[in-house]
Amino acid sequence: MSDLVVRLLQSSVCFGTVIMYGAIGEILTERAGNLNLGVPGIMYLGGISGLAASFFYESSTADPNGLVCLVISLLAAFLASALGGLLYSFLTITLRANQNVTGLTLTIFGGGIANFFGGSLTSLAGGVGQISVAATSAVYRTTIPGLSGLGIVGKLFFNYGFMVYLAIVLAIVMHWFLNRTRRGLDLRAVGEDPATADAAGINVARNKYLATCIGAGISGLGGLYYTMDYIKGTWANDGTIESLGWLAVALVIFATWRSINAIWGSYLFGFLFWVYLIIPGLARKDIELFKMLPYLVTIAVLVITSLRKKREDQPPASLGLAYFREER
Amino acid sequence: MEQTFAIQMKDITKRFGKVVANDHVSLDIKRGEILSLLGENGSGKTTLMNMLAGIYFPDEGQILVNGVPVTIASPKDAFDCGIGMVHQHFKLVDVFTAAENIILGLDSRQKLDLKAVAAKIEDICGRYGFVIDPYKKVYNMSVSEKQTVEIVKVLYRGADILILDEPTAVLTPQETDRLFAVMRNMKADGKAMVIITHKLHEVMDVSDRVAVLRKGQYIGDVATADTDPQKLTDMMVGHAVTLNIERPLVETRNLRLEVEDLTVLTPDGIKALDSVSFQAFGGEILGIAGISGSGQKELLEAIAGLQPTQPGSHVIYHPPAPDEPIAGQHVPVDRGGEELLGKTPRQIHDIGVSMAFVPEDRLGMGLVGTMGMADNMMLKTYRSGKGPLLDRKPPRQLAEKVKQELDVLTPSINTPVRRLSGGNVQKVLVGREIAQEPSVLMTAYAVRGLDINTSYTIYNLLTAEKLKGVAVIYAGEDLDVLLELCDRILVLCGGQVSGILDARTATKEEVGLLMTKFKKEGAQA
Repeated sequence: MSDLVVRLLQSSVCFGTVIMYGAIGEILTERAGNLNLGVPGIMYLGGISGLAASFFYESSTADPNGLVCLVISLLAAFLASALGGLLYSFLTITLRANQNVTGLTLTIFGGGIANFFGGSLTSLAGGVGQISVAATSAVYRTTIPGLSGLGIVGKLFFNYGFMVYLAIVLAIVMHWFLNRTRRGLDLRAVGEDPATADAAGINVARNKYLATCIGAGISGLGGLYYTMDYIKGTWANDGTIESLGWLAVALVIFATWRSINAIWGSYLFGFLFWVYLIIPGLARKDIELFKMLPYLVTIAVLVITSLRKKREDQPPASLGLAYFREER
Repeated sequence: MEQTFAIQMKDITKRFGKVVANDHVSLDIKRGEILSLLGENGSGKTTLMNMLAGIYFPDEGQILVNGVPVTIASPKDAFDCGIGMVHQHFKLVDVFTAAENIILGLDSRQKLDLKAVAAKIEDICGRYGFVIDPYKKVYNMSVSEKQTVEIVKVLYRGADILILDEPTAVLTPQETDRLFAVMRNMKADGKAMVIITHKLHEVMDVSDRVAVLRKGQYIGDVATADTDPQKLTDMMVGHAVTLNIERPLVETRNLRLEVEDLTVLTPDGIKALDSVSFQAFGGEILGIAGISGSGQKELLEAIAGLQPTQPGSHVIYHPPAPDEPIAGQHVPVDRGGEELLGKTPRQIHDIGVSMAFVPEDRLGMGLVGTMGMADNMMLKTYRSGKGPLLDRKPPRQLAEKVKQELDVLTPSINTPVRRLSGGNVQKVLVGREIAQEPSVLMTAYAVRGLDINTSYTIYNLLTAEKLKGVAVIYAGEDLDVLLELCDRILVLCGGQVSGILDARTATKEEVGLLMTKFKKEGAQA
């Protein structure tokens, strides 16, 4: 296998991992009936918080400890993103604001905050290109010792940071939770038919809050992976996180709200996004066209699932709707 | 069998605003017995049972379960007392299986073991003679299967007091028999059961005891063996009340609407209307009586062009003669009679056939809640304007006129109608239809939820229309009103015309019997 193909597949996996986090979190949220279009903003929040936390830790000590770097950045990213989810929950669940508008606002909000502090961090670090959290990034990019050296197999399967594997584990755990536990069943009932869930004694608001906040926390890890591993512990004000966030939203639809499907779906998206690498003789504009492939595939999936009319592949029935017990 | 009180309700009163839904009702429910709760629409049957199920909370009174006073503030409290209610509208998640629906919300710390759940469901089914597939998805189920899931759901939670709210409304006769067989099995198992219904033959068939409610009041209870449909009807409708609605007789009554063999199917393919034939005359109010869901809505909608009809149905419209005061306002049609079926609702409306339907939620049909009176008036007239721009003046004038004449209480004609009280919303709706100067005016439940005075305003409006020579069709719930307001009453039962009576001579009992399909000789007028 040529180096180019190996490089393509590796890029696909790394790219896919970013959006897989976004999608897994959003699947949890949407299964509870909340359409959070703030995923890009939440990924921004996760990215900048993780980066800022490790930046201040690294600059405060001469000899940063790897484990502390890891814990601090992970916690900061998760909590900041969950806080974004909490804001969204309060507006849409308690105040019953329109979910689409709230989500889009959260995207703009998250992007604004992140780029503002990203810029501040850059100036603190001494100018463009200077910001670097080398120690933390190194932890994130540590590959599995031994296994990564196993030729092609090692390069393809074991040559990644731990978050690539964590994403897969999370997707599987999420699938198990939603389909094999009573709490998961209750949560899905809330997303399908909150009035029925309410009548069955399920606390609708609590389920929605928890799903949205934890879901946002998971989505935010995608932003963290992007800053720490994908662009190696730096910051770029180029809006990539936002476009990745929208791909994550598209991936939720592509995966038909099943986190298991998000695993291969995300890698497929990554492959389609980077496939231009192995096609010779492409001009700049052709590359941009190729990068649209994931969206085209999502549209195709939407058309196909709509035509097949299989009930299990449809979005949760009350997705996007606020629930109010005393209505009608 | 030893009978003990499962539930004692003492002096229960429930008010919704000014309306008293239950007025000091006392009711006992015994173990090992099927109790029928009988009453007309709006008599408070469902409200009373909803207080046992934790949907409503009583304003006054006391509930005892097994002799112990309890407070039932939520569905969960009701389950804890062993009370389970199967509502008319099923509460099931479509994409879940029967088993998943049944265990929804139960002890979330336990493992999700669908096999064990299925086994327990099979056990319950075997005991009482149900048949359900625990792994079948709800969206693949028939109505009867869904109902079974609801009942098993209640039993799975350990309920031994079951309340079924009009369970047979959606079932075929065979399915009804099967349900009754299951109910008898549960009775033999010592469970207490309440069935809410207004079908007398089912009462006679399945229950041991009948309790009758009328207009929120408890009339009494009798052992089913000691009574017959005639006696129950008398208890249900009560004695006629004199309302003193003015009812002038119009001498010249011209044929206006001829309905022949009108058949309409529900989306499920059941006949909502079955070969309905009748005539409506100008200068007459034709009342339509029937228990709810007997086809009143479908009948009016079919005439208004909103329901697809079956081949062979005819609705012939005879326009008023040129010398009649109401003539000449509308699109001219064939003087020998114009077929309305096949026309669009707008065409039918332009011909002069208007409908004011007041649904239960009042705003569902006819008015846009977020728009003001003026804009709602415009909904019917904006097409007649010239050019692409709206002429807001006429609708504003009309809105002002309706507001004054009908005494609509609204801060301004631009206040969204949803902020108006129910009675005022209805005045806007009926007022607008009358302003169209129709030659056929259909109203359904025009006084639903209105207080006495407002109701009289509406009655007077309808009578005024009648005097102008309009053919008024009035579908109503209150028999007393129908008997005093209308000239003739058409009674619908199960989508069929069970009789047409002269309202001046008919008695309440006659109408009541026709409504419940116990036809008497010579009832056909």
